[in-house]
Amino acid sequence: MNLDYTTIQNTLQNQFSNQVTDFVIIHEMLTFEVAADANFEVMSFLKNDPALRFNFLTDVCGVHFPDNDAVRQFCVVYHMHNWIDNVRIRFKCYLPVTNPAIQSVAALFLSANWQERETYDFFGIVFKGHPQLKRILNMDEMTVFPLRKEFPLEDGGRTDKDDRFFGRESSCV
Amino acid sequence: MSTDKVKMVDAPQGHVGQGFFATKLDSVVGLARANSLWPLPFATSCCGIEFMATMAANYDVARFGSERMSFSPRQADMLLVMGTISKKMAPILRQVYEQMAEPKWVIAVGACASSGGVFDTYSVLQGIDKVIPVDVYVPGCPPRPEQILDGILRLQEIVKSESVNRRGSEVYKELLNSYNIK
Amino acid sequence: MSELLLQPEERFAKEIEKRREFDGSELTILNLGPTHPATHGIFQNLLLMDGERIIDGEATVGYIHRAFEKIAEHRPFYQINVLTDRMNYCSSPINNMCWWMTVEKALNIEIPKRVQYLRVIVMELARIADHIVCSSVMGVDTGALTGFLYVFQYREKIYEIYEEICGARLTTNMGRIGGFEREWSDIVWKKINEFLEEFPPIWQEFENMLTRNRIFMDRTVGVGGISAERAISYGFTGPNLRAAGVDYDVRIMSPYSSYEDFEFEVPVGKNGDCYDRFCVRNAEIWESLKIIRQAIDKMPEGPYHADVPHYYLPPKEDVYTSMESLIYHFKIIMGEVPVPVTELYHPVEGGNGELGFYLITDGSRAPYRLHFRRPCFIYYQAFNEIVKGAMLSDAIATLSSLNVIAGELDA
Repeated sequence: MNLDYTTIQNTLQNQFSNQVTDFVIIHEMLTFEVAADANFEVMSFLKNDPALRFNFLTDVCGVHFPDNDAVRQFCVVYHMHNWIDNVRIRFKCYLPVTNPAIQSVAALFLSANWQERETYDFFGIVFKGHPQLKRILNMDEMTVFPLRKEFPLEDGGRTDKDDRFFGRESSCV
Repeated sequence: MSTDKVKMVDAPQGHVGQGFFATKLDSVVGLARANSLWPLPFATSCCGIEFMATMAANYDVARFGSERMSFSPRQADMLLVMGTISKKMAPILRQVYEQMAEPKWVIAVGACASSGGVFDTYSVLQGIDKVIPVDVYVPGCPPRPEQILDGILRLQEIVKSESVNRRGSEVYKELLNSYNIK
Repeated sequence: MSELLLQPEERFAKEIEKRREFDGSELTILNLGPTHPATHGIFQNLLLMDGERIIDGEATVGYIHRAFEKIAEHRPFYQINVLTDRMNYCSSPINNMCWWMTVEKALNIEIPKRVQYLRVIVMELARIADHIVCSSVMGVDTGALTGFLYVFQYREKIYEIYEEICGARLTTNMGRIGGFEREWSDIVWKKINEFLEEFPPIWQEFENMLTRNRIFMDRTVGVGGISAERAISYGFTGPNLRAAGVDYDVRIMSPYSSYEDFEFEVPVGKNGDCYDRFCVRNAEIWESLKIIRQAIDKMPEGPYHADVPHYYLPPKEDVYTSMESLIYHFKIIMGEVPVPVTELYHPVEGGNGELGFYLITDGSRAPYRLHFRRPCFIYYQAFNEIVKGAMLSDAIATLSSLNVIAGELDA
């Protein structure tokens, strides 16, 4: 009953050959990279295969790496958990900066529905096949994606802050 | 039942005579209003939990007249805005304020309602006085229940000394116009 | 499926039109709006009603979106603790301790046993506080206001304990990287022991009032149920999932902070309805009291913080008198301490389920990316499915039994 990381890695590599790469164990969690167009198949395999049985999708989130190459600037990170053998894994799918799009996994796990909407809201990553891909946390009228690194944290319209105290000399007081 | 444990409010200044008491209408109306302020708890986040503690038996805001929490704006006197107001919520706050009947007062409880608090971000309204006029600001993150009660007591002082004609005066109309409130 | 992308009012208007043409009956739209006495927190539900029955609904959240994840990219580790308080604000110490444990894992710091036991005590007290709010507010929503007033007195006692430990009542901002700011004084132990003596009879009284109460049972049994498979697919964790019959508890599956040293049971329900959720939370309070007693009995001696001067902010007396403390203080605040480049996910059992922090560091004093896996956000998606076909008052009871906390929902 003990499912160890080498078994998982071998099973995945046998099934998906070069679409799953970069297996590494960071802080006792197996982390690997999946090609962006294979995320649904890999997750479906992880969920349904009788040896792997990853029955729970813990988390879906996005990360923005503006310093990467243009084809790897966005990353969707999935965390899954096997409750029967108590194993957690993480896999990442890198997406290009122009028109980042990836298949939605809401058909496999209903919890991905809102989490993908949140990732879309924050980063602008489009989830193909998502039943209701619209903004969830920010206002519907917003046109930019706030968690991208180039978006500023603070509201630009404040008039009562003296920029000298915040280390900003560019704008006039 | 002895009455020495019950604290009575002082009568306003006036002239007492045989069977009559003459005073200013403003004082009497102010006294009545101040001691029965019905709050509309507009609780959004952590300050709302401190308000629940204020409402509960230990700090008991009911002894100051706020016995009935009114969630209907039409039946409330004071709007207690407790917690962070985001820009998505601001139009709703304004609508609730406009639905309240005069006279109405607003207390901004907590740092987030007063000025945005810790959250200097693109999505948080930096203080509710950007959309509605505020009478009392209670700082704190969250303020202790005693501080919230202090805010309500300060509002009672404002209400007691308010003129009956204030709501129809030019100054008040100008204040509402500056917020674009009809 | 692009109809779901319309505003809910428009989508429902089409439904109303269709039904009117079909058999002449009028459906109505009810806005269970962001400001509502029964929604504890601000989130909106637009409901399409056929008389008293709910046919469809759409939730709108984000009314208290404070952009925590964006703020966290610009703040050093000690300032992020302040943010974590304000997520699930009914049980802030759990969030604080989860953050410190995440940072300590990233920095590869080993925590002394005493600190771990102290953290367990504080987290279990926070869990009790959270469940007190949920259960008493379930009473309020079904009409029983008395229980709320009685048990909130004991929440004040918990607040007094927090005040002695860290100075604040609600948003505790408790702890440091490596432990606690100061050794717990005798008053803390006195207050905890008093709490452990005085609270159980009161909680028993509260349970007696509601658990076999005819009216409460009629309002909550069979209401708002969800099956275990559906719940797992929706990502439920915590008391809501345990009420559906699945005994998943992060304290057992991925033990942290010496939870494996304690003996406690994980209460599990059967039907996943409101009544089971209520009973599971009440039973968890008894288990938490057991854990606190065991932690006090087995409390080891030792320091109240790990010996990591590079990360642990030294006490102010030392900063003003000793040169090394001054230098470490300066380096920690300025961010000139070694931070490895790593990524990790650390889950804890929060009051509502698996609260996880996914941290990516890049060597600087602020995280590169910090994502909060918030249980309320994930299980609230199921609300519309749960209340389809139920009556409006059932929807209110379900909402309060799910214990949705707006700060955690939106972050």
